[in-house]
Amino acid sequence: MIWNDEFETLPSEALEALQLKRLKNIVEKVYATVPFYKSKFKEFGVTPDDIKSLADLKKLPFTTKQDLRDNYPFGMFAVPKEQVVRIHASSGTTGKPTVVGYTKRDIGHWAEIMARTFSAAGIKKGDVLQNAYGYGLFTGGLGAHYGAELIGASVIPISGGNSKKQIMIMNDFGTTAVSCTPSYALNLYEVAQEEGINLKDLPVKVGVFGAEPWTDKMRREIENKWNIDALDIYGLSEVTGPGVAFECLEEKNGLHVNEDHFIVEVIDPDTGEVKPYGEEGELVFTTITKEAIPIIRYRTRDISRILKQPCVCGRTFARIEKVTGRTDDMLIIRGVNVFPSQIESIIMETKGTLPHYQLIVDRVNNLDTLEIWIEVAEEFFSDEIKVLQEFAKTLEKNFKDIIGITAKVKLVEPKTLERSAGKAQRVIDKRKK
Amino acid sequence: MKIKQISVFIENMSGRLYDVTDLLGKNNINIRALSLADTSDFGILRLIVNEPEKAYDLLKSHEFTVGRTDVIAVEVPDVPGGLSGVLKVLGDSNVNVEYMYAFVEMSGDCAVMIFRFDETDKAVEVLNKAGFTTLKGEKIYGL
Repeated sequence: MIWNDEFETLPSEALEALQLKRLKNIVEKVYATVPFYKSKFKEFGVTPDDIKSLADLKKLPFTTKQDLRDNYPFGMFAVPKEQVVRIHASSGTTGKPTVVGYTKRDIGHWAEIMARTFSAAGIKKGDVLQNAYGYGLFTGGLGAHYGAELIGASVIPISGGNSKKQIMIMNDFGTTAVSCTPSYALNLYEVAQEEGINLKDLPVKVGVFGAEPWTDKMRREIENKWNIDALDIYGLSEVTGPGVAFECLEEKNGLHVNEDHFIVEVIDPDTGEVKPYGEEGELVFTTITKEAIPIIRYRTRDISRILKQPCVCGRTFARIEKVTGRTDDMLIIRGVNVFPSQIESIIMETKGTLPHYQLIVDRVNNLDTLEIWIEVAEEFFSDEIKVLQEFAKTLEKNFKDIIGITAKVKLVEPKTLERSAGKAQRVIDKRKK
Repeated sequence: MKIKQISVFIENMSGRLYDVTDLLGKNNINIRALSLADTSDFGILRLIVNEPEKAYDLLKSHEFTVGRTDVIAVEVPDVPGGLSGVLKVLGDSNVNVEYMYAFVEMSGDCAVMIFRFDETDKAVEVLNKAGFTTLKGEKIYGL
């Protein structure tokens, strides 16, 4: 279902003309109102007049998370504070969080792109959406909330956590759609089982999952366990929040970028060069409608590629491939680049199911070590030692064969690894001091 | 004549065996026989208890990984060569023993051994044919 036919199916020439008009406008605006951009543009020898075509975007400097931190809290705002009706902040694991603001119009646009996202998942008026993204400074909860309300769905603003209550409400309120992180969806499945509730018996038909990278294998696992369609959603607070890009039910292959609000580029993370469509690299976004904090060429650290092929759903917006890794998630273990998502795929392939796992990276005698801790679930427990040892050995062999590094698999008791209602902590890197 | 064995996954950490036995004890479950198989990282505790279903539910609700397996309790003559007699019958019929352990209590004049086979039904048939007694669950749980 397409929420906004006019924009979501714009022919490409019209879309590019709109993007250029909006880009020129935003570049002029930040140059005039945000000292950070003015001095950065000067440093690069560019002015707003240099933007004559969309291709000129690459002349502009990048913006990084560090730039947002350096201008903490409100230095990047392009409007007077009295026009800001909402302030969110990202979870800063180190140091200060990054702060983002929204004008009334920004909030409206955000609701619009989230309405498109939920519509693309088949959610409509009459649906009951259980929104288990965290409400608060995190953009997930409120972002999804406003979009679902705009559609006219009945929103249950349950936020994250409190899994037993989630299951009870799901059962009692007739939830038809859920939104949360994919790892939490798997966590909820476990809790439902413990509560003796089979999620397949409930009227839930679709889930919109995001806020952390996940694989297609994990999608299939969620879909099988819940008997629903599981769709990916992409966004980050610096570029608005959830809803920057979304999957459609028809294809489930790549996420449509809301190109009337954002321009997407893929760059080489080392050189900063723009890569051609179809090539893998780091995603970079420029917001072209945001008022409170417009952002020019924001480096996301997320790895993906742009897909220009037309989609069966009829949307003309380009798609980005499912993000499965981040440049800063990438582990370098004994010189080999390893993404946690690769390891996850191997575990899934070996076992056919995804147990809870955690990667422990350490350095012993100047040599990197990787341990993969896996919780032994009842599905693959055995009373015979050899069965469990065989499992660990097969996994170790597969890691060696596929990734090329030696890892030690350690089987641990259930509930040993940290669970979170939000993002799963998959990696513990003890080398970082 | 199969009996239910409960198996529990435990990490090699001090106190874990205690946790299991303490939980069972506090809930009035009596351990009739046990064996522990271990590796450097983890172990599998196998238990014969008086109330297998209760023990299973109890351990599961305390977030242990628990399994249920059918095993056979065989009366073994308490004389030199008693066990080898049993094993010979099994070996002659190509029945593989996965593991085995001894029961503490006697059944009359006989010792009792718990066997885990890969082909349980065939094993029972072979043993009974050779005149060995396999004990029923109710008897074992109450021994």
